[in-house]
Amino acid sequence: MTDRVPVLKIGEVLLVSIQTDLDDQMVLDLQDDLSNRIVATGAKGVVIDISALEIVDSFVGRMLAHNAAVSRILGAETIVVGMRPAVAMTLVELGLSMSGVRTALNLERGLKLLRRIAAGRA
Amino acid sequence: MKDYAADTASLETVPVSTSGDVVSMRQTVRILAQRNGLSLVHQTKLVTAASELGRNMLVYGGGGVVRAAPVLDAGRPGVFVEFRDKGPGIADLDLALTDGWTSGNGMGLGLSGAKRLVDEFDIESGPSGTTVRIVKWAK
Amino acid sequence: MNTESNIRLLVDTLTGQREEFLAQWTRTVGEDLRGRLSTAELGRELAELYDAVLTAVGTGSLDSRGEQFAETRSLLVELSRDRARQGFTPTETVRSVFALKEVLEPSLTGDAESARAYLQFGRLLDDLGMLTSEAYLRTREEIISSQAEQLLELSTPVVKLWDGVVGVPLVGTLDSARTQVVMEKLLQTLVDTDSTHAIIDITGVPTVDTQVAQHLLKTVVAARMMGAQCTISGIRPQIAQTIVALGIEFGDIPTNASLSDALRQALKEVALDAEDDVRGLL
Repeated sequence: MTDRVPVLKIGEVLLVSIQTDLDDQMVLDLQDDLSNRIVATGAKGVVIDISALEIVDSFVGRMLAHNAAVSRILGAETIVVGMRPAVAMTLVELGLSMSGVRTALNLERGLKLLRRIAAGRA
Repeated sequence: MKDYAADTASLETVPVSTSGDVVSMRQTVRILAQRNGLSLVHQTKLVTAASELGRNMLVYGGGGVVRAAPVLDAGRPGVFVEFRDKGPGIADLDLALTDGWTSGNGMGLGLSGAKRLVDEFDIESGPSGTTVRIVKWAK
Repeated sequence: MNTESNIRLLVDTLTGQREEFLAQWTRTVGEDLRGRLSTAELGRELAELYDAVLTAVGTGSLDSRGEQFAETRSLLVELSRDRARQGFTPTETVRSVFALKEVLEPSLTGDAESARAYLQFGRLLDDLGMLTSEAYLRTREEIISSQAEQLLELSTPVVKLWDGVVGVPLVGTLDSARTQVVMEKLLQTLVDTDSTHAIIDITGVPTVDTQVAQHLLKTVVAARMMGAQCTISGIRPQIAQTIVALGIEFGDIPTNASLSDALRQALKEVALDAEDDVRGLL
């Protein structure tokens, strides 16, 4: 039994704060948990905080992009927040640009962005 | 790739047979990179490359052994990592190193992406397995 | 006549006339350095070196790379480091070692026997001189590379232009080492200052080739992944022409002709955010 990343619900927003180095199974579990929770709660937005992640490889990057696309279909906008500079530089070099994923500098800005999107202003 | 006399006294060996092993392998590589003066960005690039190659080894080679050690070339410190599996090998190396090519469910960035993240990259593949060796220098 | 008796002769001579030799050595080297080093300091330095060589030769060795000369070697490395830092020339530095040959010459060339000993000792000093010049060069290289690093730091200041807007004025040629530093600094500043907009001004960059364009694009993409917007400003007409002529894909990079345009644009967006805040939307 592997650990699972907790998905917290705050109002209409699901908050995922990744605090540990993820193995691939945890990444896949998170992907399933998130889409299930979006449907179960009717959430309108998802914020994934990756500020604690020291690396994001193509597997995790793909999960983030995949989640964004899936949650959009389910009616929720995903914002990935807190990517570290070294991680961003590495992802660019790796060839991953995550162009379909909305991002914000930190959790606070991510939540603001979600509200602006909900108000049709972003 | 030039044969850098790896510091065998501090050689770390990590067997990789589960995705949890990939996580501990990444940590081993990171500690080694920190100890050998790699900047944060260089550390991140090396560990990310190790993660890609470790996963490749697990998915396509059925797991294997990772060995990592500090190296020194003309006074410049670096970290050497070797990924060795006994899988079926890669039929077309050139194709496997092409961006966007994948035989599994990845995005096809594993090998080519990892190659871009490190300073030296060397791959040998045959029916008895695949060995990838990488080096990242401190500067 | 063998090496052993040569060495005995050398040790006897060097021990017996230590004071005279040292004084003369210090004088000769001192003349070369023309008072840029105090005589007392120089005397102390050379005495240490003299005694280290004497001790090593006393053990019966003339092999400069041997265990016995470890102390001598480290003294010489230290000496050449100091000289390189103080701005002495390589010749002046190496002469400090070779001058001992001149000093010993009159006392050791009286007869065939001592001449042979002198030649052997001379060879040892040649080796030590070479070692000195190597150490000198290494130090100079270290100085140059650390200066290059400092220059890199100096030439890439990231400045806060407004609340939420940071800028980097780039001056000079962009290579990948430098772009790496700029990128790192810029992205870290975005996090540290909680800024959503970055402007890279390339007014001072003489040429933009495919590689530079690649680096700029990477920075823009990295900033975007972190949740910030990065604009390139200061693209001079001839650079715009080169970009088009070279067929460089600049399409994904938001650009502005001047820094002020870029700043105006960034401020507009920052203001829009603030407006939403005020409206109580957030």
